[in-house]
Amino acid sequence: METVFKRTPTLKDSITHYCPGCGHGIAHRLIAEVIDELGIRGRTIGIAPVGCAVLAYDYLDVDMIEVAHGRAPAVATGMKRTNPDKIIFSYQGDGDLASIGAAEILHAAHRGEQITVIFINNAVYGMTGGQMAPTTMIGQVTATSQKGRTAAGQGYPLQVCELLAVLPGAIYIERCSLSSPAQIRKTKKAIKHAFELQLNGTQGLSLVEVLSPCPTYWRMTPAKSMEWIDNEMTKVFPLGRLKDVTCAT
Amino acid sequence: MCGNEALAEAAIVAGCDAYFGYPITPQNEIPAYMSRRMPEEGRVFVQSESELAAINMVFGASATGKRAMTSSSSPGISLMQEGISYLAGAQLPAVIVNVMRGGPGLGNIAPSQSDYFQATRGGGHGDYRTIVLGPSTVQELVDCMPLAFDLADQYRMPVMVLADGILGQMMEPIVLEKKTRRKLPSKDWALTGANGREQNIIRSLWLPEGALEQLNYKLQAKYKQIEKNEVLCEQYEVDDAEIVVVAYGVAARIVRSAVDKARAEGIKAGWLRPITLWPFPTEQVSKAAEDFKIFLTVEMSCGQMLEDVKLAVAGKVPVLFHGRPGGGVLTVDEILGKIRQLTIPVKSHPRKG
Amino acid sequence: MAGRIIIDTERCKGCGLCVTVCPKNSIVISKHSNKTGYFPAQSAPSVVVGAKNTECTACCLCAIICPDVAIEVHRDNTTIVDKPGKKTKPNLVEEKT
Repeated sequence: METVFKRTPTLKDSITHYCPGCGHGIAHRLIAEVIDELGIRGRTIGIAPVGCAVLAYDYLDVDMIEVAHGRAPAVATGMKRTNPDKIIFSYQGDGDLASIGAAEILHAAHRGEQITVIFINNAVYGMTGGQMAPTTMIGQVTATSQKGRTAAGQGYPLQVCELLAVLPGAIYIERCSLSSPAQIRKTKKAIKHAFELQLNGTQGLSLVEVLSPCPTYWRMTPAKSMEWIDNEMTKVFPLGRLKDVTCAT
Repeated sequence: MCGNEALAEAAIVAGCDAYFGYPITPQNEIPAYMSRRMPEEGRVFVQSESELAAINMVFGASATGKRAMTSSSSPGISLMQEGISYLAGAQLPAVIVNVMRGGPGLGNIAPSQSDYFQATRGGGHGDYRTIVLGPSTVQELVDCMPLAFDLADQYRMPVMVLADGILGQMMEPIVLEKKTRRKLPSKDWALTGANGREQNIIRSLWLPEGALEQLNYKLQAKYKQIEKNEVLCEQYEVDDAEIVVVAYGVAARIVRSAVDKARAEGIKAGWLRPITLWPFPTEQVSKAAEDFKIFLTVEMSCGQMLEDVKLAVAGKVPVLFHGRPGGGVLTVDEILGKIRQLTIPVKSHPRKG
Repeated sequence: MAGRIIIDTERCKGCGLCVTVCPKNSIVISKHSNKTGYFPAQSAPSVVVGAKNTECTACCLCAIICPDVAIEVHRDNTTIVDKPGKKTKPNLVEEKT
């Protein structure tokens, strides 16, 4: 019997604290597999955000740092500039990156920092109890938009990829989803491509936005959450490769 | 060389690997100088989008074992407080220069010492301390840089150098020499990529029961050690003095002239100048207050170090204050006037029998 | 039986995503809870009544979508699947991970 699928070494053996059906677990696996396939565990430094994934260092067996909420791109800048040979990636949620850290990600891209950003968009603040995030959908009920988000009251969902794609410093922007095995495979390809860009020294920031299920705070079953991503989220957050300087899109 | 540029060059000589800064008067010469010199040395200079980003860039560079620094002025330093608290919690070395200006709010760009509380008490959250150095001459400011980097590396914590608008802008001859440094611990905690070793984690989140409590005790033990070993203080003619003027930084220079003049007039005056504002020279001040003297604290603020002096004197003798806030610059005469006024011969001291 | 999956029932949180993606519907949620109180998934090809052929083909879809990486997939390359004469070539399922 040949083993065709098993846990990759960089993904630690500990059972995660994530809720059943949460996308973080899948994203962690993809990153760990990419790191192992590229053989860069010994030169990679990861940045964990403040959010559900703050404990990412308990699951990813690489040098990790946990930083103030939203400041990962600035920390990554400090790290990459002083250690150009290391592979720096930041793993951030939508509250972390699109809300409090919006200036940091914008300027890291604007300066063309040579880092890889994995942006998990699950449309809510998970760790703190399902509050509205900048990427919360119109009409979506959350702890702080209890009658559903309204454009008049709380503005429109923030499209980070589109926002960053216009910056010359951003060299690779793609939005994927975890809603099905096929989509998960595409996400892995995107993450791998982002890491490869940094690996071969292409100047500029690469960001992969990953639409990820949050069954607990969407108040849906894991299966329903996956459908909701396909049916609802992708309407506002269209999937696809928005920018890739290394090949004509 | 003006103070700002001098301290920048001193940082380079001290082995600063990376500088992250943001424009703010009266310290603009530092980023400008660094933007030219650091690339020349093959090192890192980044002008960040905000002081808040700057301190977090320092956080990142320091986490990989590099010597990192930032500089700003009062309002910018306020933006860095969250980052400084994280540096303390994650036990990361860093050097932060605050070229103080008039506050609060946007204040003005005149020199001031009104950030003493923020620096010595900590403007961020949590029980933490930062070592705070208060140089009073450009040469001392230059000497503070290697000292700050060494202290930061030795104790794995942020160190702040408090200068002010005068010190930053004024020009004085300096001597820059590579001082023999103290033996520093190796940085095996640094993030360099888990190559053939276990992963290193730099963190300040401690959720398990009692974990953060233990971390705090560890920090406090470190701070106790610093209070024991790293106090720096200078004093002049205190023993036979009737009045001791306590001041630091540029204010101390003005006090020095006033005390000299007072001595010339036969007034037994002396001065005491803390160089490390934290750890504060409590013992020296307390010892000076053994026999009866009047203490006069002089600051370019509404009286902040005043409280540390009072704590150290602990009520043994009277502690008075004279200060000019909001960027007001003290003059020798006004201090001399105050000294004269406080030492008018009194028939008999209530305490002396 | 071309493939076999091993589910780490203590790690599984019973989210049911594998159940939804298995093309052969050969995964069900167990009746017995694990230590932490979740009802984990389990591989049960024969249990599903009336299904035509619920043999696992080691396609790995369940393992790919599992948020807790609780499923290990093994493939037996020697057996013939479905109609006789149609031999499963080892690289029929291109390498995905």
